[in-house]
Amino acid sequence: MATLNVLILVCLGYVVLLFGVAFAADRMAAAGRGAWLRSPLIYTLSLSIYCTAWTFYGAVGNAARSGLEFVTIYLGPTLVMLSWWWGLRKLVRVGRTQRVTSIADLISSRYGKSNTLAICVTILAVLGGTPYIALQLQSITLSFSIFAEADPSGLYREGSSVFWVAAGLAVFAILFGTRNLDANERHHGVVTAIALESVVKLFALLAVGVFVVWGVAGGIGPMMDRVDASEIGQWNVDAGRWTTFIFLSAAAFICLPRMFQVMVVENADEGHLRTAAWAFPLYLLLMSLFVVPIAVVGLDLMPEGSNPDLFVLTVPLSQGNDWLAMLSFIGGFSSATSMVIVTAMALSTMVSNHLVMPIWLSTQGGAGSVSGDVRNVVLMARRVSIAVIMALGYYYYRLSGGGAALASIGLVAFAGISQILPALVGGLFWRGATRTGALVGLTVGFVLWIYTLLLPGMGGAIMPDSVLQNGPFGWGWLRPRALFGIEGMDPMVHSVMWSLALNTAAFCAASLLSFPSPLERLQGAQFVNVFDHSVSPAGWTGSVAQSEDLMIMTQRILGSGPAQEFFQHEAEAQGGRTSLPEPTPGFLERLERELSGSVGAATAHAMIGQIVGGSSVSVEDLLAVADESAELLEYSSQLEAKSAELSRTARQLREANTKLTQISEQKDGFLSQVSHELRTPMTSIRAFSEIMRDTDGLSAEEQTRYAAIIHDEALRLTRLLDDLLDLSVLESGRVSLNMGGDTLGSILDRAVSSALAGSHPKLRIRRARPSERIPLNTDLDRLGQVFINLISNAQKYCDADEPVLTISAHDVGGQVVIDFTDNGSGIPPEAQSMVFEKFARVGGDKAGGAGLGLAICREIMQRLGGEISYLPGQGGAAFRVRLPLAHRQAAQ
Amino acid sequence: MSRKVLLIEDEPNIAEAIRFLLIREGWQVETHAEGSDAIEVIQGANPDLVILDVMLPGKSGMEILRNLRELEGMQHLPVLMLTARGQSRDREMAENAGVSRFMTKPFSNAEVLTAVRDLHAQATRS
Repeated sequence: MATLNVLILVCLGYVVLLFGVAFAADRMAAAGRGAWLRSPLIYTLSLSIYCTAWTFYGAVGNAARSGLEFVTIYLGPTLVMLSWWWGLRKLVRVGRTQRVTSIADLISSRYGKSNTLAICVTILAVLGGTPYIALQLQSITLSFSIFAEADPSGLYREGSSVFWVAAGLAVFAILFGTRNLDANERHHGVVTAIALESVVKLFALLAVGVFVVWGVAGGIGPMMDRVDASEIGQWNVDAGRWTTFIFLSAAAFICLPRMFQVMVVENADEGHLRTAAWAFPLYLLLMSLFVVPIAVVGLDLMPEGSNPDLFVLTVPLSQGNDWLAMLSFIGGFSSATSMVIVTAMALSTMVSNHLVMPIWLSTQGGAGSVSGDVRNVVLMARRVSIAVIMALGYYYYRLSGGGAALASIGLVAFAGISQILPALVGGLFWRGATRTGALVGLTVGFVLWIYTLLLPGMGGAIMPDSVLQNGPFGWGWLRPRALFGIEGMDPMVHSVMWSLALNTAAFCAASLLSFPSPLERLQGAQFVNVFDHSVSPAGWTGSVAQSEDLMIMTQRILGSGPAQEFFQHEAEAQGGRTSLPEPTPGFLERLERELSGSVGAATAHAMIGQIVGGSSVSVEDLLAVADESAELLEYSSQLEAKSAELSRTARQLREANTKLTQISEQKDGFLSQVSHELRTPMTSIRAFSEIMRDTDGLSAEEQTRYAAIIHDEALRLTRLLDDLLDLSVLESGRVSLNMGGDTLGSILDRAVSSALAGSHPKLRIRRARPSERIPLNTDLDRLGQVFINLISNAQKYCDADEPVLTISAHDVGGQVVIDFTDNGSGIPPEAQSMVFEKFARVGGDKAGGAGLGLAICREIMQRLGGEISYLPGQGGAAFRVRLPLAHRQAAQ
Repeated sequence: MSRKVLLIEDEPNIAEAIRFLLIREGWQVETHAEGSDAIEVIQGANPDLVILDVMLPGKSGMEILRNLRELEGMQHLPVLMLTARGQSRDREMAENAGVSRFMTKPFSNAEVLTAVRDLHAQATRS
């Protein structure tokens, strides 16, 4: 019989059917029809890609070899679904709110969008996934070969068939897996096709099981007897292996890229998980129902040494039931193809997003990140990735030779992919988990998995026996299958225990020791508290009662006029039954836009969310609001700064104005003073000259006396004019200094003799000549003028009975300090600040000075680079003159 | 009949010139050079006329005049005010303060004598 030809035809027909289903589903989804495509049933069935060819064929083989242990592979996911569906729900919610495209994306996103982590997970997934794909290809080949043995034509050639199968699967994955770019747009075609395949494989396995129980064994009773008689039926539970396998399969169920793809990425509705929570375990139960009977009957019927992995095919064949065998083949084929397609899709997303695109973008210098051709680049990257992954699987299959038992490869892959678990679960439930922790944990687990499981399993060529026996470099404690001296364990249990334990420990320790970045903290909070603040994906919905609240809020923001107008308009547009519009999504969107014009987009979103969406204000919303507030704050602080600047300017202007007014007043005051000082002596001169002119019979004494007065007053006028001119020259800064060198002592000598000349020297001068041997280089005449002024002031104003002026000089820190202190009553404190002002005569003007002397002294000292000040509290009037010893600095 | 003038002026030469002029006119002249106690001196001297300088040590002539006019019996005492500052504002201030005659230094002797005569004539007439 031409079984093989028929088989190939059936296969091709089946593949065409799958293409058709996928195509139709995509078309329906695109047209918005086909709600059943997003039903919980389809979702549950799509989850069953967990059952690959390994499960389809391998479970029976496993049962035949190890008894009931195969159940563990079903128990793990069942336990997850039944007892941890809330954890899955969180995973799905996170995946949807974060628009996650793959498990690598999820891990990366959780830990501060770290691409390093994404690359690690991607590599791990590819390493774990490639042998797994090879395994599926192998299963197809093996099952083909069974039929080929029975086929006389000998047309079948193993190698080429695998190649064409791989190529066909790649084309399928490319066609239906990379139609849309946004991973958030789900692949309805693929999901529907694999759902169909799930039905086919379940149906095929059940058909074989029914045939075995009722067709071969003769009913349930005889079947149970056979099972009891067989070794398989005995509960021979190795607690370590069972625990490990249950745990592994549970972990793999969560972590496998293809499981993540169908469970999280393709999930259309969180509620589907509720159905899947009971329906998927039921599916697994049905899948496992006939495993033991098939294995038992297979062991009984088939000759010694036949491959128990293929009992599902060979038992019907041996009974001459070719059509059942063919159905069984299609079931296995379904298992293999659906797994390969989804795995290739999931891995290609990871490879293109986390390996290819970053590299491509970096070569574009970032310019490509906004240009339109990125879309094509991404799609191309995905397509090439799928082809490469399929090629890897194909070559792995060719290189490995397909000898190893199917189940063991599957378990090794499970152990590898499980290394993601600590980072994944930790990321979902522990806010303290950090990027460093995840990276360290993953690396530790990954390395241990390779060292203790992957490499030892690849044979002597990769890892020499000497290493297995004695450890690397003879270090016994590093033996791959007896790490740290723990011997006698099952290699799988040993590897899983060490890799996951150290992975978890490293993850926790590094997380505790490292400090998360702000983005990590934020993402951590979003992941861990995803249920607290994720927005319902359906968008805004609300009830009419909320319209009133919205109205009140809008009035506050827009003002009542515009708000009422807007609401009125919206209500009319809705049909105008009430004055308030229904809070339809469209209305809320328009309202949000309206409000965002006033308060910023994020705030508007958050405000509407508060009213309509309950507590749906997410951390992101709050951050955005904070950003807006920060901008406002920034703006207002800018305004504040401006207004402060303005008021500062105004104050400066006011001050300048005050100063100008003061200067003007000072000028007026000065002119008035000058006028007074000029008019006073002129009055005397005029009065006495008129007296002398008009009065007859003035005595000679009177004439002499009045002439002397006129003369004195004329001198006084001259002095005043001299002083005024002097002061004006000094103040204008146009004075030229006539520098010369002399000692302080001789300058003082000249000043004293000049000041006391012509008057009765009743003022005694006390000096300490040795201290005056200070050489000075300055304008000697100007300095002398200051000294003369001070000495004559003392002479004029010292009111002591025996007036004494003490002149003392010191050299203090590069300055010469000369104090002039008399023994009079001094200057009253309230007048001390005034003495250097022009026309500031203190007390009675008995000496007839114009009051410009000290003002001139101050100007001179300023020109000479020194200063003159009044020294309070010295008993009498005391003035201090300071002068820098500039010549010393010049000499040095 | 004794006519008494009180001359309050801190410039000794000016005081001497005016004193010389007025004595020759038959006035009894008292002089004072301080502003601070001028009111008391005026009250004590009970003069027929006061010649008051503006810029005095201790208290300005303007203030003395204002205080003087507030005192009983002093409203009509002739006060001739002399100032060296010569600003129109001073004249206004003096008139507001109740000055009888205001003169800016330097003045001619004749002006002073005329003013004194006028003031005295007005005072005796009224």
